[in-house]
Amino acid sequence: MLLTVQNYAKHFLIHHLGREVAVFEGLNFTLDAGQFALISGPNGVGKSTLLRCLYRSYRPTHGSAVYQSAFGAVDLARLADVDVLVLRRTEIGFVTQFLRPRPRVTALELVAEPLLEAGHAPEAARAEAEALLAGFGLKPGLLHAYPTTFSGGEQQKVNLARALIRPCRLLLLDEPTASLDAATRAMLVERLTTLKAAGVAMLGVFHHPEDVAALIDLEVHLTAGAALAALPGEEIPHVAE
Amino acid sequence: MLATSNRRVVPLDAPRLVTQRPLLVAEGLVKHYGRIRAVDGVSLSVYPGEVLGIVGESGSGKSSVLRLLNLQEDPDAGRYTLDIPAWRGMDLFGLSRFDKRAVRTRHIGIVYQNPYLGLRMSYTSSGNIAERVLLAGERRFAALREAAQESLSASEFPLDRMDDVPRALSGGMQQRVQLAKAIALKPALLLLDEPTTGLDVSVQATVLDTLKRLQRERQISMIIVSHDLGVIRTLADRVMVMYRGKVVEVGLVDQVFEDPQDAYTQQLVHAKL
Repeated sequence: MLLTVQNYAKHFLIHHLGREVAVFEGLNFTLDAGQFALISGPNGVGKSTLLRCLYRSYRPTHGSAVYQSAFGAVDLARLADVDVLVLRRTEIGFVTQFLRPRPRVTALELVAEPLLEAGHAPEAARAEAEALLAGFGLKPGLLHAYPTTFSGGEQQKVNLARALIRPCRLLLLDEPTASLDAATRAMLVERLTTLKAAGVAMLGVFHHPEDVAALIDLEVHLTAGAALAALPGEEIPHVAE
Repeated sequence: MLATSNRRVVPLDAPRLVTQRPLLVAEGLVKHYGRIRAVDGVSLSVYPGEVLGIVGESGSGKSSVLRLLNLQEDPDAGRYTLDIPAWRGMDLFGLSRFDKRAVRTRHIGIVYQNPYLGLRMSYTSSGNIAERVLLAGERRFAALREAAQESLSASEFPLDRMDDVPRALSGGMQQRVQLAKAIALKPALLLLDEPTTGLDVSVQATVLDTLKRLQRERQISMIIVSHDLGVIRTLADRVMVMYRGKVVEVGLVDQVFEDPQDAYTQQLVHAKL
């Protein structure tokens, strides 16, 4: 198994309220290379939170997420920060709906950047970036423009390309199809299909799961977790698989 | 070291995937100014090629930490090592003034918020950089000029102005001259104290981009102090949050800003407009 998640939980401790908010508890699931898992559940139940915990944008409260990296088995929940940075650069990708474009950096540069950081030659990196953006249907005239000025859909294309340009072994997807038109959604699904066939493990939240229905191997279903009103001692509903 | 953090998260292990030793290790830094404990037991480490941000409000001690790491001032306590040739494993605070200056010139670059602190305003821009190279032992005029040109280009400074004095330049260009001077000897460590504060927003964007490019191309380790969380978010890999001389939290930049554990960090992050 590429990823084994056990007894995984996330609470937020909000100091100025003096309150702890439990998002999910007791989560268990496994994911193998080439498998596609859909995270499902109602709005606000913690789907994005789960992805962010795995990527370590959030710190999980307890449990483990053992990942078979190229360096050997590591528990993503306890991995040192500098080690997480290594895995993010080499093996674990995260596609979100929120692009944070640096101002005055062109779409092409933003997409080429992960390759440049990995040491690829600038011309090759830019050529690949251009091809990938074309693959997502970005208008050629926008390549050298600043994404801060783009529409939501066009920004999302840049976002997707930047996240997908470097090969990875585990891909986390948080509503990647938000703001995309049907044609672009189809292009993304085609790209994910290729990646899946190449053995990439994927775990994603999709607002429209029907887009990726053909790819889904398993579903991680989160039921309504503890609400803000939960008091210590109250039972947290366990997660169904 | 860490004050009131939320202990209710999975504790982290020591690094094991990163194959290199840290470039910089500082332990137990303490600095008083009279009764004020500006730096009150600060420890940090920076890996090769990494960017560490330091954030905190005015008076938190962040600039004081930088001055200590630049070997400009002596601490009241603490140990500081850099993994650099000739000085590996030695506590740099224990060196003679002469040796400290040698380390500072050759292995550390610094960019101040105020360019008047980092530059000689009456020398030309290229002269400012050449001076640094001269201190390292280069005597030939052509080599000095070439080194200045190379550094200024890397800092994306327009070469047709390299013989202008900094006083004649805009704020953004002055910062680029500072940067060029700081990287002229290709140091392993670059310290930046509010490098873009006070610059026009559009200029800030381009300077940040230059820093990012430089870091990527030269694999230089950076420590950036800023009260601007956006600057830190753009440039840093990890960030250290300081409050009243102490480190209250340290972690990945996205984690500290999106899932702050410490009470003060939560307030700091949520205060951002």
